[in-house]
Amino acid sequence: MSAAAPATMPTSGGEIDGLAEGVVLAVTDLETHFPSRRGVAKAVDGVTFTLPRGRTVAVVGESGSGKSVTSLSIMGLIAPPGHVAGGRILHRDRKGVVRDLAKLSNAGFRHIRGPEIAMIFQEPMTSLNPLMRVGDQIGEMIALHERISRRALRARVIELLQLVEIPEPETRIDAYPHQMSGGMRQRVMIAMALACRPNLLIADEPTTALDVTIQAQILALLRRLQADLGMSVLFITHNLGVVAEIAHEVVVMYAGRVVEQAPVGDLFARPSHPYTRALLASTPNIARDIDAEGRRRPLAAIPGAVPPITALPPGCAFAPRCAHVLDACREGRPGLVAIAPDHVTRCIRRDLP
Amino acid sequence: MSDAPLLRIEGLTKHFHLPGGRVVHAVEDVNLAIDRGHIVGLVGESGSGKTTVGRTLLRLTEPTAGRMIFDGTDVFALSARDMRVWRRRLQIIFQDPYSSLDPRLTIAAIIDEALDTRGLPKGRARRDRIAELLELVGLAADHATRYPHQFSGGQRQRIGIARALAVEPDFIVADEPVSALDVSVQAQVLNLLEDLRRRLNLTMLFISHDLSVVEYACDEIVVMYLGRIMEKGPSRALRADPLHPYTKALLASAPQPDPTRVRTHVPLAGDIPSPISPPSGCVFRTRCPIAIAACATRIPPTRDLGGGRSVACLRVGEGADHPPFEMEAHA
Repeated sequence: MSAAAPATMPTSGGEIDGLAEGVVLAVTDLETHFPSRRGVAKAVDGVTFTLPRGRTVAVVGESGSGKSVTSLSIMGLIAPPGHVAGGRILHRDRKGVVRDLAKLSNAGFRHIRGPEIAMIFQEPMTSLNPLMRVGDQIGEMIALHERISRRALRARVIELLQLVEIPEPETRIDAYPHQMSGGMRQRVMIAMALACRPNLLIADEPTTALDVTIQAQILALLRRLQADLGMSVLFITHNLGVVAEIAHEVVVMYAGRVVEQAPVGDLFARPSHPYTRALLASTPNIARDIDAEGRRRPLAAIPGAVPPITALPPGCAFAPRCAHVLDACREGRPGLVAIAPDHVTRCIRRDLP
Repeated sequence: MSDAPLLRIEGLTKHFHLPGGRVVHAVEDVNLAIDRGHIVGLVGESGSGKTTVGRTLLRLTEPTAGRMIFDGTDVFALSARDMRVWRRRLQIIFQDPYSSLDPRLTIAAIIDEALDTRGLPKGRARRDRIAELLELVGLAADHATRYPHQFSGGQRQRIGIARALAVEPDFIVADEPVSALDVSVQAQVLNLLEDLRRRLNLTMLFISHDLSVVEYACDEIVVMYLGRIMEKGPSRALRADPLHPYTKALLASAPQPDPTRVRTHVPLAGDIPSPISPPSGCVFRTRCPIAIAACATRIPPTRDLGGGRSVACLRVGEGADHPPFEMEAHA
């Protein structure tokens, strides 16, 4: 593939390659595979979802669900021999140009990562250079993509530190990462991600390593930035509580597949897929699980464990653990079915109460 | 069971000395009693000292000061030799079921090692006991011949629990026992612990950063911050009516699986101070929304409020000379 990415012309309306107006990202039948001694591991196995402009979509799943591999596929960061083996990742950039990131070259990605799509990770310490002042690291991101004087650069960095609510930005700009707390380092990461004003931010478990009072601060910051800057955010998490705090829409993944996508209120009020329901029921909730006499109800645990992705069952991947399984579930892979506007589920049981 | 608690911790303090004469005040003057058959939850964020408390109770870390009266004996005063015998009565379950099991040993050998300290003769009786323990934690007897890597995270944590139970301990410290597990598997292990508690009348200190897990698993909750106990009480009472401003903030900060909850403001600003130089007076005062001048000079005494509740805050229960303090509503 050449540096000239396969791109279509800007559009004023309608669809290009199936990318509806108002959609920043549409992932269709994405396959990301990792060859291994035990066969091909299909970490992402036919993932389909959309990210509307200016919204936060949370991708939620347990380990092995493929949520992180999905985000790395979008960023073109899958390390060989892993590779995107199929499907499309249509992205609309700020000029309205639509590209299929699944077919984009490394050279093409250089113009995408940073100014168009930026990413923050779980552990800011491993993503920051310990030998470099945080201000220089943020400045480096900007200087990579635009010509700017040193003086203007420093002003921009201080502005970014203010944006992510770091106190005393004029002094903190010269601090090293180890001189900062975990929460402050995550703010620096967010400032770096925002340095080139991306229109899509991918946040992969950005609060998982943080204490709960610090997590609340970072979630509030991300909520504010998303609203103020009108960014689109893809938020990867395993925590349904965090989903409820941050998301407009939710994509539920299991064993490399999307099992349900819905607006957040709909998902929590009317979860459809048996896996989504089981996940909600297995999270401890003192009001529901302990009665007035202090007796505990057993939690609705999901029996068994997530199957290894090299040995997925035929048919529905959740069938072996599902309380509502039918013979047909083990035979064919269910497709995504719309059950309400914007609410899709991958389950053949339409008859569940 | 009995009127006296199974164990009573008095004045537990642990300082770690760093090069350059600096001191980490990991645990300061912790007092705690645990009744037989009770599960007490110890909750707090990084630097709260909760893990250090758990480790000192088993003397995996030697305390700097304090006593632990266990069944009439001060465990902290025991000689190393006597402690070896005692250790059988005290067991620990670790967070990480991957690094806490020897990968070169079969499950049978892992549990066998624990049974050595019980002096159970080798042979038939041992094999039967191992099978019994595996079934007790929801595994199959024929799992005994397999190795740790052949099990999922949840199954490994069951093995860790079987190993801890092998010696029939009187008291178990569970240090973040479900934190490394996926939520669906976490529920399995929480159910198992509750089931075992009922069947075996287990007494346990359950350490976790996750308030919802502690609330579900524990009869009582102890909230720690920077080495000190802020508040203590029965789970339900603490949730329904938290008194200490830190407990309120912790409850308000925990993300709830309820998208309709109104999020008004960030419960707590700022960072947790370093335990190397904790604030004077009340350690929470630098982040406390209702701190007054006196909080910087006085270490708040722990006040017993009855009903198993106590709180260490100068401002709780004082008159109406300050506006009522409310965190976010928590319906």
